[in-house]
Amino acid sequence: MSTRLAQGGRLLNKDRTLKFTFNGKHLKGVEGDTLASALLANDQMLVGRSFKYHRPRGIVASGAEEPNALVGLGKGARFEPNQRVTTTELFDGLTCESQNHWPSLEFDVGEVNSKLFARFLPAGFYYKTFIHPRPFWKHLYEPFIRQSAGLGKPPRRGDEDSYEHFYAFVDVLVIGGGVAGLQAAKAAGEAGARVLVMEQTAHWGGRAPVDGGEVDGQPVDKFVDEIVAALEEMPNVTLRNRMMGAGVYDHGYVLGYERVTDHQPEAKGPRHRLWRIRAGQVITATGAIERPISFAGNDIPGVMLASAVRDYAVDYGVSVGDRTVVVTNNDDAYRTAITLKKLGLEVPVILDARASGGGRLAEEARQMGIRIETGKGIAKVKGGKRVEGVAICAQAGEGAVLEEIKCDAVAMSGGWSPVVHLWSHCGGKLIWDEAQAHFRPDVDKAPTGDAGEAFVIPAGAANGALDLAGVLADADAAGRAAAKATGHSPKSAAAPVGKAVEEAAIEPIWLMPQGAKVQLRMKAWLDYQNDVKVSDIQLAAREGYESVEHAKRYTTLGMATDQGKLSNINGLAILSDALGQPIPQTGTTTFRPPYTPISMSAIAGEAKGPLFQPLRKTPMYDWHADNGADFEPVGQWRRAYCYPKRGESRHGAVNREIKQVRDSLGLLDASTLGKLIVKGPDAGKFLDMLYTNMMSTLKPGRCRYGLMCNENGFLMDDGVVVRLDEDTFLCHTTTGGAEAIHGHMEEWLQTEWWDWKVYVANVTEQYAQIGVAGPNSRKVLEKLTDDDIGPEALTFMGFKDITIAGVPVRCYRISFAGELSFELAIPASNGRAVWERLIEAGAEFGVTPYGTEAMHVMRAEKGFIMIGDETDGTVIPQDLGLGWAISKKKDDYIGKRAQERKHMADPKRWQLVGLETVDGGVLPDGAYATAEGTNANGQRKTQGRVTSTYYSPTLKRGIAMGLVLNGPDRMGEVLEFPKVDGTVMKAKIVDPVFYDKDGEKQNV
Amino acid sequence: MSEPVSALNGASFDGTVAVREAGLQGMITLRGDLSSAKMKKAVKNATGAAIPGTREIAVSRESAAAWMSPDELLLMVPYDTAAEALGKIDAALKGEHYLAVNVSDARAVFEIAGAGVREVIAKLCPVDMAPGAFEPGTIRRTRMAQVAAAFWMVDAETVRVVCFRSVAGYVFGLLCDAAEPGGEVGFFV
Repeated sequence: MSTRLAQGGRLLNKDRTLKFTFNGKHLKGVEGDTLASALLANDQMLVGRSFKYHRPRGIVASGAEEPNALVGLGKGARFEPNQRVTTTELFDGLTCESQNHWPSLEFDVGEVNSKLFARFLPAGFYYKTFIHPRPFWKHLYEPFIRQSAGLGKPPRRGDEDSYEHFYAFVDVLVIGGGVAGLQAAKAAGEAGARVLVMEQTAHWGGRAPVDGGEVDGQPVDKFVDEIVAALEEMPNVTLRNRMMGAGVYDHGYVLGYERVTDHQPEAKGPRHRLWRIRAGQVITATGAIERPISFAGNDIPGVMLASAVRDYAVDYGVSVGDRTVVVTNNDDAYRTAITLKKLGLEVPVILDARASGGGRLAEEARQMGIRIETGKGIAKVKGGKRVEGVAICAQAGEGAVLEEIKCDAVAMSGGWSPVVHLWSHCGGKLIWDEAQAHFRPDVDKAPTGDAGEAFVIPAGAANGALDLAGVLADADAAGRAAAKATGHSPKSAAAPVGKAVEEAAIEPIWLMPQGAKVQLRMKAWLDYQNDVKVSDIQLAAREGYESVEHAKRYTTLGMATDQGKLSNINGLAILSDALGQPIPQTGTTTFRPPYTPISMSAIAGEAKGPLFQPLRKTPMYDWHADNGADFEPVGQWRRAYCYPKRGESRHGAVNREIKQVRDSLGLLDASTLGKLIVKGPDAGKFLDMLYTNMMSTLKPGRCRYGLMCNENGFLMDDGVVVRLDEDTFLCHTTTGGAEAIHGHMEEWLQTEWWDWKVYVANVTEQYAQIGVAGPNSRKVLEKLTDDDIGPEALTFMGFKDITIAGVPVRCYRISFAGELSFELAIPASNGRAVWERLIEAGAEFGVTPYGTEAMHVMRAEKGFIMIGDETDGTVIPQDLGLGWAISKKKDDYIGKRAQERKHMADPKRWQLVGLETVDGGVLPDGAYATAEGTNANGQRKTQGRVTSTYYSPTLKRGIAMGLVLNGPDRMGEVLEFPKVDGTVMKAKIVDPVFYDKDGEKQNV
Repeated sequence: MSEPVSALNGASFDGTVAVREAGLQGMITLRGDLSSAKMKKAVKNATGAAIPGTREIAVSRESAAAWMSPDELLLMVPYDTAAEALGKIDAALKGEHYLAVNVSDARAVFEIAGAGVREVIAKLCPVDMAPGAFEPGTIRRTRMAQVAAAFWMVDAETVRVVCFRSVAGYVFGLLCDAAEPGGEVGFFV
């Protein structure tokens, strides 16, 4: 059983007890514990169930590579699934629960099922079994599989914590705060470079203090303390712990994931901070990860990486078992045996798979009286929910049991793999190091920047330097190189000299025993989290999945939340063996960011709640809100859709607003309309190219409605163009078009007509714009101004600068509602004041504010098109009966050539008409008019479609506009529009102008 | 005459830095040939400042000229003198090809003050805010979270931010959020 030792625990403060719960059980840990060490201290070996077979699983590792020990952490708005206990720092009051079990962790139905059916679940099982009959997948197989599969459950509530981003720029970014990272930082920092060091754990020094060794004649932990103190003194060096290098991207862009308050959730401040860093050079000092060994039962709780067993003992004063069998193919695992023995724990045997055995560490172990068996391995681990013993066999054989040894823990080491993830993210290549049996960075094929220069330098164990002396020398060189590459001059100081015990060579062991029979291979786990076994990879190879990427997807090897940190190398070694090819030929799968999962909220940063998206507000927004406006989004703007009175429906409000405008007076907040100033001697020529109309002939003081097409001839924007003076035009655009049309103008001016003398400025937000519409609109304005705005002084499509309530206002006489109406452009800071004066002055006329829907209906009654309703990116002005707005005199305008192409000039293009329902009802939006017969796909043929449809309170009937084949020639014909409910609506083709065809209302 | 009102009517917040809407600011967008002698004179007449260099802001008492692009400046003058300044520009540049337009009401201006201003900006804008990299006299037109913004340092502990008026509430929210106590980063020391 696992327990807390009386002594040891260099990271602990045993004076402070922390309480926590696991599956409702109340447990205690101490300050400095991880959740993993605290669980082990409470003998909680069983922590979860595997993904596919629901096998009991325990903690395997002590760091970010942990595949098994995932829990649901926290409650309610702070619940988070799939949290690794090894990287979760314990805090008082922590609550967590294990995952993927039913009904309980101790007794799981899924496990019973898998024991009965396991032989039916080899690689590709789902693909092969459930593909036929097809309908069964959706209705039978998938629901069943979904119930039994899956890891954590998604949180049910929104996240209440806060998150943020931070942009940092440094010369040298060091990822990893072990001895390599610290030394590299010191070398770069001493050269004067701006350095940022990030370390994913809460502690500096990495593995070195646990593994031991000397630096410049003193213990390595003392060296770590001193170098950290030295770096803290350097003003150009920043040290950040609890911050992981998540991803390395193009041009030295790196994401750092800082867990600011995970370890103290009640503290103020953001929970996570996502650092978005630009670095001149990136040093990946990311260390190495120990590999498991593939033997039968290597997933039983109590089987752990040898380094993890050592970490728990030294760092947290926790013994995983009283009797620990060590199994290894290298010398490093002897350190675990020696450590345990020194703590007074039993190591019944060290099984060294190498026939030749180990070096000086082995000698030391032997002298301590530990039994060592060379050329031996584990045939199988005995036990269910925890280790009970091991059966020993010859590594060279097929698994015949030589001896059984009782134990409650197994410490395994299959060698060390450099953490090459961050090196690889942006294209760094790897080479296979035969001597050390691992992939390490190919330093000649580094990720490159915009000038083809390398911008990532691996350092220390991450570069394949596994001994302390090599680590320090390599890291020092990396730091100097990075400083030099960023324009600094490294000092000539000597690098610190590390000294560690000499080690004998590793011997790669990919399967134990090497000739293991299928019964053993079926229980030899490669990927713990996704339940992939040696036999699965071999099956995939037999079935033709030769590419490592294909084998990965077929078997799900390395596809879980741990992304195969423990399993990948072992898996591809098995695959290589099955394919009879060397490991480098098989290669690795692609390493993609993030290194370990980062929170979605950290990616969102501040963009949540009220800051989720910018809301654009007009100067009168607050008035609308105070007066009951029902808002609708128009791009990022919020516009009033209508202003319902108490108890009034939206529909009722819209009808009332329209009636009031038509009868008397209404006000529209039109501030969102785009307003672009176009100025210069060539402005007229420029606008003649942009609009289909002739704009250069417009007289100063006059307005003209214009259409704008894109290069393909399609109508993309419309609006009123005003000529302010000889050189200056003001172009109104649609609300959604303001920024895009501004960009369109700049693009043509900067790329094609760069020699034309035209400047453009977007003044959309300078003005609050108020539409004053209705028969009494002139009267209300006359109450507020002394200027003459009579029918002669200000004619239709003219404008005049006037003063309203003391505010300078540009008054346009234009109409979109078909009534006498004006638009006022007011400096935005006075917008609300003028609006309120108009409301006051309009009281005697029963003035009403009206929203976008009333505006839409009224323009439809007048047959005015709306960009986005009548147009959808495939419609040209000619389709809409707007030929009158296309100048015949001009040689060219943007879109002209496209409109002359055969398809665009085809008389069979659907044309705009009005549609009047026979029964007075309202046509559904987007409904199609059917034609006789069916097309090649057996679908009913169509001859038109509805583009805008409304109830017109003015006409007291449904009105619509639509595009219809030969429409204008078919006035009076009745078309059929089938509805979704199966019924059919009939509508007569009519003129699109339903109201005041002669324009008498607006010309008064 | 009704008094002009700025977008948030002087809203303020005290966090790791003090955030306040700075009120109405006269602003003129000026486009033209920045190297011409007439332009130099126009800018001098309107603001008292010289033509700023690339990504720089030239301040003269209550006015300033800020570089926006190779052919665009943003001139800042007291709000109620914008029309007068515009008149001076038009007079100085008569006959030239240029564009000068009053955009005073199209913007909102915020001032953030305190030792942590560099950090607050660095949480929102992809700009190197380290001392030495960004100092008084520098202006940056950039992105603040999801909207366009420009900012410059008035002094070592004061930053002014300009954004479009319609998103004033959003930008104020961003600055307050970034100034929330407990969020100190400690990177610029």
